[in-house]
Amino acid sequence: MISLAGRDILHSWGKFVFTGVGLGLLIGATLTMAGVYRGMVDDARVLLSNSGADIWVVQKDTLGPYAEPSSLRDDAYRALRGMPGVARAANVTYLNMQVQAGGENASDVRVMVVGFEPGQPGEPAYLVAGRQITRSHYEAVADVRTGFRLGERIRIRRHDYTVVGLTRRMVSSGGDPMVFIPLKDAQEAQFLKDNDAIVNERARTAANPSLNRPGVPGLLEAIQASQTTSHSVNAVLVQVRAGHDAEAVAEPIRRWKHLEAYTRAQMEEILVAKLIATSAKQIGMFLAILAVVSAAIVAFIIYTMTLGKLREIAVLKLIGTRSRTIAGMILQQALGLGIIGFVVGKISSALWAPFFPKYILLEPGDALRSFVAVMVICAIASTLAIRAALRVDPATAIGG
Amino acid sequence: MDGFGIRIEGLRKRYGAGDTAVDALKEVNMTVAPGEVVGLIGPSGSGKTTLLKCLGAVIEPTAGRMTLGDEVIYDGGWKIGDLKALRRDRIGFVFQAPYLIPFLDVTDNIALLPMLAGRPNGAARQRALELLEALDVGHRARAEPSQLSGGEQQRVAIARALANQPPVILADEPTAPLDSERALAVIRILNRMAQQYNTAVIVVTHDEKIIPTFRRIYHIRDGSTHEEAGEGREIAD
Repeated sequence: MISLAGRDILHSWGKFVFTGVGLGLLIGATLTMAGVYRGMVDDARVLLSNSGADIWVVQKDTLGPYAEPSSLRDDAYRALRGMPGVARAANVTYLNMQVQAGGENASDVRVMVVGFEPGQPGEPAYLVAGRQITRSHYEAVADVRTGFRLGERIRIRRHDYTVVGLTRRMVSSGGDPMVFIPLKDAQEAQFLKDNDAIVNERARTAANPSLNRPGVPGLLEAIQASQTTSHSVNAVLVQVRAGHDAEAVAEPIRRWKHLEAYTRAQMEEILVAKLIATSAKQIGMFLAILAVVSAAIVAFIIYTMTLGKLREIAVLKLIGTRSRTIAGMILQQALGLGIIGFVVGKISSALWAPFFPKYILLEPGDALRSFVAVMVICAIASTLAIRAALRVDPATAIGG
Repeated sequence: MDGFGIRIEGLRKRYGAGDTAVDALKEVNMTVAPGEVVGLIGPSGSGKTTLLKCLGAVIEPTAGRMTLGDEVIYDGGWKIGDLKALRRDRIGFVFQAPYLIPFLDVTDNIALLPMLAGRPNGAARQRALELLEALDVGHRARAEPSQLSGGEQQRVAIARALANQPPVILADEPTAPLDSERALAVIRILNRMAQQYNTAVIVVTHDEKIIPTFRRIYHIRDGSTHEEAGEGREIAD
């Protein structure tokens, strides 16, 4: 038996292919939206993996350091190192900010500045160029997505840093590329006030009679010194000894150190289920709308194509063509359109994904699910046209 | 065959019911022998199209009897369960316009019917090629319908009507869009094919050019038919 759908497609392939390309671009946008969500989830997981931590210790009653602000004293890690099952513990700071590169006229780059201690958890997992930080101050390692180059000078707050190394796939849960600097510098950048503010704060302290007592020498100086130092960090990253359960190590930290301790699973839950939950819902809504729009377009196209063939369909019915053959022809055309659309969508999404500012992760599983969804949508969309075709009276082929 | 390709006795068709009922066909009687081509003539609104639809098993008559070959297909009700198969296998249609399927080539336009009837593709295409040769359009076998002239298209439409060797062909004003020469050529072909394939052909027409070619003519007026002899003028090649 001849494939009526195939012949019709071949006969008017130009119209069919161009329609398929249009649909494909829409499907490409849909796949990209799914890729944005997958990218966000993957960014979150990569962030956790690359931190090298098994437990994140943060300020009590917060979901820090990524989902909420967290501040704890930078000597907390000492006590944690003595806890059972703790192999290593190190301070880290995280700060989202605009960083200027390449002089005064260059544009800002939105980054997450990470303060870490070299050789400790929190250090960039691997480099693609340059070296790790070896000096105590004013060196930086940047993710390649910042666009910074080796040897480039970048300005963070009031200091200039030299980019000595480049890393890859080190981004915040929001997709901002990371810039790693020494912990002390990062603490200053985040917590230390500028000189004018310090002078102003000292004057205010000196003017306060309860803090500036003539009978207590050294009090004012001690208070002012404490105001100009920064001893806070956002989190302590803990690595657990081999053979120890992370949750079993985290529990005493919560109980005895009055801190919050999250295991990898808990932190993943915070990042994926809480931090990007709203974005995921937003993307989900976009996907639903795009699916409906795709269905409407396929339905409209197939319906219009069918309306253009009503006379032929009437003749086919008159000469005894079964309804299922006619329905099959329309269904196959809708599925054919879907296949063309999917192929175009898959190719276009793969082509434009690298140009998106955020990481787009196109998973084979998502592509397979999308293909099935496209086929189902096309099949459903063809029902309108099939209904119109089956209602054609074969008598209309005979004049009257 | 018992001497006729199609016989219609006392056929009636009523549309609607009660006060609004319209008797489109009141008393139709026709007999067409295998190999015979008869004309069906009548003014607009006389019931030609309704009769054609009844004969084509597209609408159901209200009363009467229709016999196709040696089988009663209608006798106060359809006696055939599968009307689509009846139309596909035992009735050929030729329309005012050829109505060829534009996305199939000439061969497959014809082969489609035998294929729908379950014949293998190869045999169906072979049958199509034989018919195209018989109708002198064998050289256009791979062409698309849009590449054919009006006369060639109508020949292909006739070939399609003959594809499943039906005992009867219903031709609905098949020469309407054609000039005199081509119109007469189509009638000549229908006569030749009718005799070659032993098929009864009913030609509904208004076309004054071809009416003299029929040996028998059925006039239909106000839903009733009456038969008269035609001129049976020979058509020169």
